[in-house]
Amino acid sequence: MTLAFLIMIQNLVLFLIGFPALAALILAGVPNNNFRNRLVWVFGLIILVVSVVLVVGFGSISSEMLSFHSKALEKVMFYGEWVMSLLILVLSIKHKKLAPLFLVVIQTSLLTWFELGYGHQLEAANNLFVDKLSLVMALIIGVIGSLICIYAVGYMKEFHEKQHPEIKDRRALFFFILFFFLSAMFGIVFSNNLMWLFFFWEVTTLSSFLLIGYKQNEESINNAFRAVFMNLFGGVFFAMAIIYLFLTTNTIELNQMLGLGGLVMLPVVFLSIAGMTKAAQMPFSSWLLGAMVAPTPVSALLHSSTMVKAGVYLLIRVAPLLGGTLAGLLVACVGGVTFIITSFIAISQSDAKKVLAYSTIANLGLIVMCSGIGTPAAIWAAILLVIFHAIAKGLLFLSVGVVEHKLHSRDIESMDNLIIKMPRLAWMLLVGMAGMFLAPFGMLISKWAVLKALVDANPGLTVVLIYGSAATLFFWVKWMGKILAVVQPEKTDETGISRSEWTALYALVTATIAVCLTFPLISRLMIEPFVFGSSTATTILTRGNSLIMIIMMGFVILFRFSLPKKDEGERIVETYLSGLNVDQRNAYSAPLGATKSFISKNYYLSKYFGEKNLSSIGVATSWLIVMLLIGSSLPWLV
Amino acid sequence: MADCYVINRELIAMVSIIMGLLYLVLGPLFGGLVTGLDRRISARMQGRFGPPILQPFYDVLKLFEKEQIVVRRSQNVYVYFYLLFIVFTGVLFFMGEDLLLVIFSLTLAAIFFVLAGYKGGSPFSIIGAERELLQMMAYEPMVLMMAVGMYMATKSFYVGDIVTSPAMPIMLLPGIFIGLTYVLTIKLRKSPFDLSTSHHGHQELVKGITTEYSGPALALIEIAHFYEVPFLVGFVFLFFGSHWLLGLLVCAAVYFLEILIDNTFARTKWQFMVAASWVVAAIFGFGNIIILSLLG
Amino acid sequence: MTYLAKSPWIIHYDATSCNGCDIEVLACLTPMYDVERFGIINTGNPKHADIFLITGSVNEQNVKVVENIYNQMPNPKVVVAIGICATSGGIFRECYNVLGGVDKVIPVDVYVPGCAVRPEAIIDGVVKAIGVLEEKHTQMKKGAAKS
Repeated sequence: MTLAFLIMIQNLVLFLIGFPALAALILAGVPNNNFRNRLVWVFGLIILVVSVVLVVGFGSISSEMLSFHSKALEKVMFYGEWVMSLLILVLSIKHKKLAPLFLVVIQTSLLTWFELGYGHQLEAANNLFVDKLSLVMALIIGVIGSLICIYAVGYMKEFHEKQHPEIKDRRALFFFILFFFLSAMFGIVFSNNLMWLFFFWEVTTLSSFLLIGYKQNEESINNAFRAVFMNLFGGVFFAMAIIYLFLTTNTIELNQMLGLGGLVMLPVVFLSIAGMTKAAQMPFSSWLLGAMVAPTPVSALLHSSTMVKAGVYLLIRVAPLLGGTLAGLLVACVGGVTFIITSFIAISQSDAKKVLAYSTIANLGLIVMCSGIGTPAAIWAAILLVIFHAIAKGLLFLSVGVVEHKLHSRDIESMDNLIIKMPRLAWMLLVGMAGMFLAPFGMLISKWAVLKALVDANPGLTVVLIYGSAATLFFWVKWMGKILAVVQPEKTDETGISRSEWTALYALVTATIAVCLTFPLISRLMIEPFVFGSSTATTILTRGNSLIMIIMMGFVILFRFSLPKKDEGERIVETYLSGLNVDQRNAYSAPLGATKSFISKNYYLSKYFGEKNLSSIGVATSWLIVMLLIGSSLPWLV
Repeated sequence: MADCYVINRELIAMVSIIMGLLYLVLGPLFGGLVTGLDRRISARMQGRFGPPILQPFYDVLKLFEKEQIVVRRSQNVYVYFYLLFIVFTGVLFFMGEDLLLVIFSLTLAAIFFVLAGYKGGSPFSIIGAERELLQMMAYEPMVLMMAVGMYMATKSFYVGDIVTSPAMPIMLLPGIFIGLTYVLTIKLRKSPFDLSTSHHGHQELVKGITTEYSGPALALIEIAHFYEVPFLVGFVFLFFGSHWLLGLLVCAAVYFLEILIDNTFARTKWQFMVAASWVVAAIFGFGNIIILSLLG
Repeated sequence: MTYLAKSPWIIHYDATSCNGCDIEVLACLTPMYDVERFGIINTGNPKHADIFLITGSVNEQNVKVVENIYNQMPNPKVVVAIGICATSGGIFRECYNVLGGVDKVIPVDVYVPGCAVRPEAIIDGVVKAIGVLEEKHTQMKKGAAKS
């Protein structure tokens, strides 16, 4: 690898970390909405292009350490952490929230003690690094992140001007946080210095906190504090992990820690707990549900496509150390419990965003489970899940956001006839849902791989996947059915959706399909080399199987185009209503000469899959497992 | 040695292609005949004479002679894809492909069928679709457990490997066999679990999912059901590895048992169906998997 | 000979019958008469049916229902009026709310009189209906060929 080459990579990486932050500052300073919106387009596209260039141009590298040093930057981070803590402190006092205040004090004093005491020794040889996994993550952040920012231009305009005139227009702040957040995400995936990683980690926590509270009503403030509380809880564990790691092994570098193997189980466990809080795993999952009060682009960007992925990113990083250990098994169990319980609960939800939130938690659970198993096959499946989920879920959130603005409701029950009311949006939703669980699409491939990985590693855990998938199937298909069912005539009206929204939606639909068609390629170029090293390892899905999946994909795409448009000689009759039909499609003649319409509603089975009971069971079980997990790592302490 | 291996691989490829083609042609004939026999035997169990064995074929051919009526023009597309993916599933199965792939493809087909029900848009077809979904949720775990069990018993997910393995999977998987037989009742749309389409003229649901489908479209649904029979029975066959004769005998016995159950049980509520299938899957299916994994 | 003859599916509707004829229709399905021998199935769904069996006269309340069911059957289709009430209104034909026989509302192809009709007569009527069904099928085909 030549030096020039390395310098180029380093510059691109630094650009990706630095540019969004710079863009954020510029956007914050622009008072004019229209001009700011234009700038968001420009900045978003720049980030998108650069991240694609980085991955396409340098995708062939296996792993490169970048020994970038900057005293100034470290100073900024040190004071930045103080400023962030102070901000949370002040807001907590203002809103009289004691718990986050308590945690932020603990965390800040821990770190201040650490940095003041050992600051001069905290030198990392390589602060940054690039490998296949960070490239994959960077691509997700760069492409989906910038698309969501572009989408937010149109969405927030509609949000403030039409839907919620009562909420104070703070769009400058909104885009400032959004772009700053992108910066932090790039920082997380490229940092090798754990102190840096932690700084960026805390930035995402703060961004999430501020964005959840964006509406500034009581509900969103409460939920924002719940989120910050749980993320700080993870943050404390993260800080302890770093301190313990440094005190025992004298290193704060990720690659060195991973090289130490089983010797560093305690920091690995603590990092896993930090990862699980960020990925909203079961005892901590309630913050992500609360986060759904935020405007939809926030839910899409932070709470499904990227920020929560930072949690599982960390877990995937430490997965090789977790594999085959008791701690790994316990982590897998937390993921498993989360997956099955949240999949069940999703059945009983009719709020579209809540269904998406539960399904997000469930899929993150699956990824956590894979990380806990830690075999190469499982890690392979986990990375695939990260990719497919980020795209399909981003698409779903964005579509639901638009539908919500048009229908003034995000209840799934209000989406009757959507296929004729808003055909394009309905099809986007359907593609997204198909992407989440149907056969030729990505998530199913990943689940398939997970199942195979589990059978080899630990057959007992398959039960979670098997029952969970049955539930997944149920809640997605009934939603699809709701959209497709046409029970009464209705007019098509898809106007009033901005260009920025359509752009993001179309791009994500294309991405969903493209990723499914090219997944063997992605797997061979990016994931297999990372997981199995340079050797030509056994692929989990053989070429024949990939081929079959692609054939199926072809059929399914055919489906969209096979819908008949013109008369083919069929006679159109009314639906069967026991012969009592009156004029309209869903009207029938009721007793005493009345005319009534039938209403069809989906099954929610809330008696069996109700949120209350199941989540308390899940939280109790997973707390138990987390306690065991912490307990299992304690022997290393003494 | 290397030559021998190549020839062997080519032979396997050829056999699997021939099997796939045979299924394409003979599959529906077999499925139709079994359905005809089923109706005849059911009639005898009820003290009736019953229709001719070829009756299912007459029905399908008649439906093609009828006019096509629809509620919405787009509705029949879902049926075409249901049929397409059922055939696809069967071809994969008989070509000896990955069992998990077969199951996923089958699920996809079933989902198209459910969506067809929703698309019908009448209260009866929508309720039928919801119930079909419940049925899917009920049988899915057990079917996946079967695949997992097969892998544990024969170290392969490939149908081709399983049916040529010298070991008899049933010796290791008795629990999974029982569980699968149980959910096969749902999949074959037999009473007590025929909640979604009601083959027996249960009137409260009219015809469930298929209520709004008529003429040629209904014929395609029937054909899809014909195509479904061979590989559903094939699932049972897998438990006997390379002991094909025994396998065939047990398949016949299991099918007869299903007919008997069909004629002796009243329809249950969906609550019972889901709960019972899941419990059966947990006890017999998962129990079997756990025991196997402990035995190592 | 078409396959229509081998698998005539029926839908049975009770218009204003006293239930006497209905019981006899259902009797045809029992082991005693077992019409499934001839491929006959009681579908209960107009969209699947070929033959429409109506018992009882038509009144103001159900005239729309009879029309709806008839319209929702795919062609070729045949209507069989079962019993004297369905044929002509029977003893109820002078009632204030009775329109008369089924043929006042939809075209009837086969009349099976009787009070109540015997199952043998019903089966005979259905067999006659099959003949009409085939005839209509050939007409339908001719019509299609013409257009």
